[in-house]
Amino acid sequence: MSKINLSTFNDLKESTGADFIGELVDAFLDDAPTLIAQMRSALAKKDVEGFRRAAHSMKSNAATFGAMELSALAKELETLARENNLEVGNRVDIIEAEFQTVKQELEGLK
Amino acid sequence: MVTSSTHPARLLVIDDNKVNRMVLSRNLEQLGHTVETAEDGDEGLEKIRTQSFDLVLLDIEMPRMSGYQVLEACLNDVDLRQIPIIMTSAMEEIDAVVKCVELGAEDYLNKPVNPVMLRARVNASLEKKRLRDEQRKLFRTFATTEVAEELLRTGFSLGGKHVTASVMFADIRSFTSIAESQDPSDTIELLNDYFGIMFDCITENKGSVNQMVGDGLMALFGAPMYFEEHREYAVRAGLQMLEQLKIFNIKQAAQNKTQIHIGIGIASGEMIAGYTGTQTRAIYTCIGDAVNLAARIESHTKVVLRPLLIDNYTRTGLTGDYRLEDFGPAMFKGKQQAINIFAVSR
Repeated sequence: MSKINLSTFNDLKESTGADFIGELVDAFLDDAPTLIAQMRSALAKKDVEGFRRAAHSMKSNAATFGAMELSALAKELETLARENNLEVGNRVDIIEAEFQTVKQELEGLK
Repeated sequence: MVTSSTHPARLLVIDDNKVNRMVLSRNLEQLGHTVETAEDGDEGLEKIRTQSFDLVLLDIEMPRMSGYQVLEACLNDVDLRQIPIIMTSAMEEIDAVVKCVELGAEDYLNKPVNPVMLRARVNASLEKKRLRDEQRKLFRTFATTEVAEELLRTGFSLGGKHVTASVMFADIRSFTSIAESQDPSDTIELLNDYFGIMFDCITENKGSVNQMVGDGLMALFGAPMYFEEHREYAVRAGLQMLEQLKIFNIKQAAQNKTQIHIGIGIASGEMIAGYTGTQTRAIYTCIGDAVNLAARIESHTKVVLRPLLIDNYTRTGLTGDYRLEDFGPAMFKGKQQAINIFAVSR
């Protein structure tokens, strides 16, 4: 079962130009681990706003590439943070695992 | 694939998210536009202030200076508020979007952007801006800059308000005989040259010409935009008109062409100013005693043989060093009391 909505991905590829998609995917794959690290350190510091921003960016970027599940997971975290709730359990780990799968798939698509 | 239905434009994308910046700018470049990017609100605002853009795509959610703050700063700036701004936001930020649109944002786009939607919104905004720019240009051609700006700011409505201002009437002496003695095209050329000189003198002194009838013109100082020294500026304009005309006449004489002599009347006071006419054809004008008086005083220049006459109220507002010649009280048609008239020269 694909983690990437191919119709979204192909629209992105077409509208930005086929020669550009590799660069774009790389920007996301480089950026995502930083965002996950930011989530972890924000959690440790109880920095709700920092956590929310990192989750927000992850949600937005994942959706851009059609990684809908990853985006939905990040959105849940963003919503919790918006409600001032940092009781996120192991959800950051789940996001990280989901990202690894998405990464593999995107590497194959670019 | 380059598909663009409008002319290439210069766009600015402000977004703190790198992927968003890349996607947006690349999409817009594919549409044929030139794109500049900024990573945060401060950098974006700096670029808006120092460069020229046809359209800005602005992320709402940014650390430090938010998109909302950038939008507010632009809308509060006379020079920047003409630039259309499209807000970009996540779907669930609808409250923030509404706030921005209410404040004056041109439009909004949900992220991740749908390329078709992006193209439609960007093209529509650019087209609207092009029409607004054209309208602005047109207004400036047919109305004074002040009137054009007021129209653009407040919208058009008939109706007046009380203002205190100075009114000037200027007329060419014995223009009928000039017109009869030469070719019609020469007459029009002469009039165009003449009006060109007069307009410059009036505009330079913060006045605005609001009517031209034949060889005559009416100008306002202090309306629609009020300024305290309207009487001083009206007189300065009048004197400058006479001086420029003197130079013009020297040139005309050298080419064996017709010379022009004019009479100028200035009166000041409270009057009703506003747009008169119909919804489809209207002009900005003033109605009141001072307006009638200025017209009568202008005619009076033929009686006392002085080119520039003013009423007493205008005289009390002068701050410059002028030679004033008191012609004492004169009776005018429609006036119960005699009016004190002064001739002004340098």
